[in-house]
This record gives sequence, structure tokens and C-alpha cells, in this order.
Amino acid sequence: MSNTKFYLPAPSAAAGFVAMLNRDLLLSYRHKGELANPLIFFLMVITMVPLGISPDPQFLASLAPGMIWVVALLASLLSMDVLFRSDFDDGSLEQLLISPQPLYFMVLAKVLAHWMVTGLPLTLAAPLLGVMLALPEGGYMPLCLTLLVGTASLSLIGAVGAALTVALRKGGLLLSLIIMPLYIPILIFGASAVSNAIDGFAIMGQLAILGAFAAVAIVLAPIAAAGALRVAING
Amino acid sequence: MRRTDALGVIALTDSLIDVIDLSCKRDQRSLFEGLTHTFCPGDIVQIEGPNGSGKTSLLRILTGVCSDYQGDILWRGQSFSTDRLDYLNHLLYLGHLPGVKKSLTPRENLHWCSGMNSGHLQIPIVDALEEVGLAGFEDTPCHHLSAGQLRRVALARLYLTPTPVWILDEPFTAIDKSGVGKLETLLCEHAAGGGCVIMTTHQELSLEGVDKINLRDYQPKLVQWQQEEWGIDV
Repeated sequence: MSNTKFYLPAPSAAAGFVAMLNRDLLLSYRHKGELANPLIFFLMVITMVPLGISPDPQFLASLAPGMIWVVALLASLLSMDVLFRSDFDDGSLEQLLISPQPLYFMVLAKVLAHWMVTGLPLTLAAPLLGVMLALPEGGYMPLCLTLLVGTASLSLIGAVGAALTVALRKGGLLLSLIIMPLYIPILIFGASAVSNAIDGFAIMGQLAILGAFAAVAIVLAPIAAAGALRVAING
Repeated sequence: MRRTDALGVIALTDSLIDVIDLSCKRDQRSLFEGLTHTFCPGDIVQIEGPNGSGKTSLLRILTGVCSDYQGDILWRGQSFSTDRLDYLNHLLYLGHLPGVKKSLTPRENLHWCSGMNSGHLQIPIVDALEEVGLAGFEDTPCHHLSAGQLRRVALARLYLTPTPVWILDEPFTAIDKSGVGKLETLLCEHAAGGGCVIMTTHQELSLEGVDKINLRDYQPKLVQWQQEEWGIDV
């Protein structure tokens, strides 16, 4: 075709990544209610634990690492369902799939935006909740570190489940069933790192494992999610 | 179409998209079979057929969103899956759903679209919105807009990115009369400039020189036989 009218430079993946990230952050900012949802859930459950179980600081301290981790995991799970849902409903997911961009980076941008508005606030709120559960002093730094790395893996793994269930009207329960087993190793290593730190043991091993999970998830989860999205939109 | 070599590779002179012996099945039911067509620069092709005959499925297959088909689709003489991103870079598809985020403004929506594509804009976003009659609505959140205006936001993309292939699924839905006229002119200009338009619509078009593909002609034999047998008027 000798047509100069259609001058089309090759699209840049970096520009696409930034456009996607900006749009999702802007959308989260416009839906502030949804944005606060996981965080409020996190706060509410942790506030109720001393009321419902026991206000004894020593008892709470032994409970704190596991409790904070379990609730953070559930809060993250709660927010996963909406990751691709609205895009699917209004047709932008279709536009995303036919944009001349590698889908891997687009999914990664969406997950990053999701993590920035769920995992990151959860991590930042965790020390406050640690105080409420009388978390011993040595536990704060490990708690933040493990949550920072762990929630990133949670978002990435959750994206695969969200992509698999996006075409289903009532995919919420199925989503939990699919990704819960994959969340369990992260929970085990995250919570045990915090308890170990409180007891004065080394935590490098657990941190390294969590880091390895995150590294593997960053490489593989977007590929799996992209494949699942193609299948979902195909039907 | 011209077959040039013995390997079964088809070299085509000027065609943009070649569809060769395309068949599509949905839930065990064959929608159409043996569809062969060459889409060249300057073509405006209207896909016709009754509801459920596979018009949208055909368009989705041509965009590559749907891979549930048999047959070949060539982009400039090569299978369109070999250089998928290059094909997609030259394609603009507007589906049933406008793909417009309601909590964003038209300007933000179009900004995202251009960022996702090559980012090369023919005219500024404001001018494109003015072209589709949305001047003054640039910064109004889209949930304040009507269905027709939402569709116009999506249609503004036609002015923005200079892609040669336009695949439009019911572009005239919810558009008023003057809007339809303007859109028809735009389609003609696009075709005259060497572009190619593939579209479905139930609206009577006042366009000249529109090729028509009627999917009823490609219905599977069995269905035709059944229809005659059962006395259904085709």
C-alpha cells in the first residue's frame, strides 16, 4: 500500500503501560468508596478482635501476627473481584485486547494500579493495627516488610483468578475457591516471619521465600491472566 | 485474488485483508461457512443478515478477539496471527459496547485510547470531540452523557487515529439523523483516502458503492435444507 495518509508509528509499550496505569489510578480515585472498602474491612475486623476474644495484651500479642495477615489476605481477596469486571462490562476489555500492545504489560499495569490502591494502603495501615493488637516491638518492621512483598504476590495471583472468572455473572465464590489455595503459602511464610521476628529468630529465610514468590508471580501471573482474559472474551 | 506460488501462499496485489473459506461455529451450531472475500483499500463493506446470523461474530473474528473459526485470514498477504501487533496497530474496532468509562470524562477516555494505540493523533482530542458534536462536554464525566453521546465519544476515535482498517459494529446505534449523515460522509472520505470500512448496520444507508456481504448466502447447507423442509421463508 503506497499510502502516506496512514502514518502509524509502532506503539510504545512504555506509553501503553503508563496510559493504563494512569487510567486505573484515576478510576480508583473517582470511586473513592470502593477504594476504601478493603481498608475499612481490615480496620473493622481488627478492631473487633479484642472486643470479641480478649482484651488481654499478652494473649492479643500472640494472636497479632497471624490475625493481621489473615485479615489482610481476606481484604485483598475481597477487592480482587472488581479488577477486570467493569472493563468487561463496558467493552474496554475488548478494546484492551485488540490494542497493539503486549497484553502482558497491560495486565501488569492493571495489577500494579490495583496493588497501589489496596496492598499498599493495607501495608501502611498495618502498624496502626499492630498497636491495637498489642504487637510486640520487634514485629512492626517484619510485618510491614512481609506485607509489602506479600500483598504484591496476592494481587498478582488474584489477577489470574479474576481473569478466569470475569465472564461469569456470579464469579465471586469461584474466584475465592480458585485463588485461596494459592494464597496459603504466602500466608504461612508471612505470618511465621512476623512471629519468628517477635521471638528473636532470623527471618531472612521467610523473606527470601516471599520474595521468590513475588518474583515468580510477576513473571508468570500476568501471562496466565492474559491467556485467561483471551479465553473469557472469546466466548 | 491471484495465486502465485506453489506453496499455497497467496500473494495479493493491493488487498488489505483476505478472508479465505471462513467458517464459524457457535455452541455446535454453524453460523456461516465458506466465506471468501477480499477487502481492498477504498472498500466500504456492509455485512448483512438477520439477527443471529453471525454478523458480530464475523467482525469479532476479523479483529482477532474471537479465535473460534476455521479458515484463513490474511493481513497484507500474511496470516494475521504472524504479525498480530502490526495488524492491530492498523485496526480500529468499535463494538456493540462503546468501551467508554463512565466515570472518566470524554477527554480522559480518548487520552487513554490514544495512549494504548500508537499515540499518534491526527487532530487534537478537543477538535475530534467538536467534530462529533461534543464541544463543551470535554470535561463532563461520561455518566452525565446520554447513550447517543456516549457512542459519539467512541466515534471520535475515528477522527483521532489514522488507521486504515475500520471495523464498526452497528456504528449508527443511538445516533441522530444529522450524526448519521456526518458519519456516512466520514466513511466515504476514509474509503476515498485508501482506507477500508467493514461494518454492520440495520439502517438504510444513503452511501454509494457499498459492497454487501449477506451472511444468508453462506449459511450451512443443512440449515437451508431444514428451512425448505419446514417451510420457513428464507
